[in-house]
Amino acid sequence: MVAGLTVSERQLALLVLGLLASGGLAMAAAGRGDPLGAHGFIVLIISVALAFLVLSRYHDPEPSQERLSEYYDDPTRVGIVLAMIWAVIGMFFGVWVSALLAWPELTFVDQAWASFGRIRPVHTSGVIFGFGGNALIATSFHVLQRTTRARLPDQFSPWFVLIGYNLFCIVAASGYLMGVTQSKEYAEPEWYADFWLVIVWVVYFAIYIRTLMRRKEPHIYVANWYYMAFILVVAVLHIVNNLALPISAGSAKSYTIWPGVQDAMVQWWYGHNAVAFFLTAGFLGMMYYYLPKRAERPIFSYRLSIISFWGITFMYMWAGSHHLHYTALPQWVQTLGMTFSVMLLVPSWASAGNALATLNGAWHKVRDDATLRFMMVAAVFYGLSTFEGSFMAIRAVNSLSHYTDWTVAHVHAGALGWVAMITFGSFYALVPWMWKQERMYSPKLVEVHFWLALSGTIIYVFAMWNAGIIQGLMWRTYNDSGTLAYSFIESMVAMHPYYIARTVGGLFFLAGAVVGFYNIIMTIRMARRGAAAPDSASDVPAVAVQPGE
Amino acid sequence: MGFDHDQLVAFAQKWGLLYFLALSAGVAIYALWPSNRKRFDRAKHSVLDKDDRPDGARHGKR
Repeated sequence: MVAGLTVSERQLALLVLGLLASGGLAMAAAGRGDPLGAHGFIVLIISVALAFLVLSRYHDPEPSQERLSEYYDDPTRVGIVLAMIWAVIGMFFGVWVSALLAWPELTFVDQAWASFGRIRPVHTSGVIFGFGGNALIATSFHVLQRTTRARLPDQFSPWFVLIGYNLFCIVAASGYLMGVTQSKEYAEPEWYADFWLVIVWVVYFAIYIRTLMRRKEPHIYVANWYYMAFILVVAVLHIVNNLALPISAGSAKSYTIWPGVQDAMVQWWYGHNAVAFFLTAGFLGMMYYYLPKRAERPIFSYRLSIISFWGITFMYMWAGSHHLHYTALPQWVQTLGMTFSVMLLVPSWASAGNALATLNGAWHKVRDDATLRFMMVAAVFYGLSTFEGSFMAIRAVNSLSHYTDWTVAHVHAGALGWVAMITFGSFYALVPWMWKQERMYSPKLVEVHFWLALSGTIIYVFAMWNAGIIQGLMWRTYNDSGTLAYSFIESMVAMHPYYIARTVGGLFFLAGAVVGFYNIIMTIRMARRGAAAPDSASDVPAVAVQPGE
Repeated sequence: MGFDHDQLVAFAQKWGLLYFLALSAGVAIYALWPSNRKRFDRAKHSVLDKDDRPDGARHGKR
C-alpha cells in the first residue's frame, strides 16, 4: 500500500502520522488516570506503527506514470477486508449481548467491561460504523471512479479517510469497554473522537468533490447522489448532535450543550437520520450501482430514482420526532414527525420497487446466482422495513410498539435484511472484480452464506416481533379492578424463549458472515497465487489524470 | 429575540409547507422535463457500458 504513494505523498503521510502521534502523546500526558490517557496511548501506538510501515517502504520505487490510466483501488480492497473483520467482531458481540438477555450470568468474569451496557454499544457501533461504514467507504471509492470514469484525485487522501475512520472506530469500541460514553444512541463516542471524525469526514467529502470535478461523464449517476447525501448529511448531523463541552482538556467526559427536551429532539433528529443517511442513503447508492451491474440490466426507471432520491433526502430530515411520541416534545412536532414518516413510504417503496422492477426479466439469474439473490432479498427487506417504520411511527401504533422488542425487530429487519444483505451481495460482485478473478473462491459458500443469512434474519425478526407485541400487550392489560394485570418482571419471564430464539438467529447470521469472510480471504489468496485473468487492464478510466493533480 | 414561541411555530409551519411543495414541484419538473430524457437514458445505460470483469468480455459495450 505504501508502494502506491509518490515520494511527496509518503512525506505527507509521515507528517500526518507525526502530528497524530504527538496528538496521542498529548492525550496520554494530559489524561493520566483517565480513559483519555489510555486512548492517547492507543493513538500513539497506531500512528507510530503506521509510520514504521511507511518508513520501511520509503525508498521503494515510485509508482509509474501509467498508474494514472488506471483506477486506484487499493483502498477499496483494504476497506472490504476491514469491513468483514468488523462484521465478524460486531456480530459476535451482538450474539453475546443477546445471549446476556437470555442468560444474564454470561459475563463470564463478572467484570465491568463485559456488562450489558458496555458491550451493547460495541455491537451497535461495530456493525453500523465498523462494518457498514467501511463497506460504504470501500464501495463509494469504487462506484465514484467507475461512474465518473475518473481516477481518485490522489493516493494519500483515500488512505487518510479509511485509516482515520478505522482509528475512530477503534477508539469508540475500546472506549465503551472502559466505560466512556456520551449515552447518546449511535453517538456514544466522546468529544475527542467526534472531533477527529469531523476531520476525516471533511477529507472524505473533498475526495468526492475533487473526483466529480474531473469527471468524464456529463451526468452524475444517481448512486453518487446517494453517497454524497450520506457523507454531507452525516457530517451535519454528527457536528450538531455532538456539540459538547469537555469538563477539562484532560478528561474524556463532556456535557452536551443542548438542554432537556431540545437534547432529546436533537438526539433523535440525529438518530433517525443516522438510519436514513448512514444506513439507507449510502446503501441505496450501493444498490443503484451493483444491482444493475450484476443483473446486467439498466435500472428500471432512472426518473423514478431521481424523484425518490429527493423524496428520501427531504422527508427523512423531519421524521426523527416520531421517536418522542408521548413525551415533553410539543405535540405538533410529534405529529410532524409522524406525518413525514408516513409520507416517506412513497419514495422508499419507489426505490424498492425500482430495484425489483429492474430484476424483471432477470429472475432466472436471481434463481441461479446467490449474489444477485442477496440484492433481491435486500430490496424486499428494504420495502418491508420501510413499511413497518412508517406504520410504527403512527402515534397509536407507537403506543403499543415503543420501548418493546418490536423496535428491535424493526431495526434488525433493516440492518440484517437490508443493509447487510445489500453489502454482502455487493461484496460478492465486487471482490472478483477487485482481485481480477473470474468468480469467488467458492460459489457454493456464497450459497451457504445466503441461506444462513436469510434464515438467521427470519428467526431473529419473527422472535422479536412476537416478543415485542406480547410485551406491549402485557404492559397495557388491566384487570377488573383497574390495575395492571402483569408486573414488569412477568413480561420479562415471558420473553425468555424469544430471547433464546433471537440468539440462535443471530448465531446463524454470524456464521454466515464468517463463511463470507473465509470465502473472500480465499479469493484473495487465489489471486495472490497468480491466477489473474488476462486483460486486467480493461478496467481503466476514460482519460488519464495529469500528474500535477 | 423578537420572536415568541407561537410566532416561530407559525412561521416554521407556513414556510416549511411552501418549501416542501416548491421542492417537490421542482424535482418533478426536473425529472420529467422532456429534454432531460436523453441524459438520463445515457446515465442509466452507461454504468453497464464498461465491463469491469478481468476476462475482458465487454458486455453491453457500445
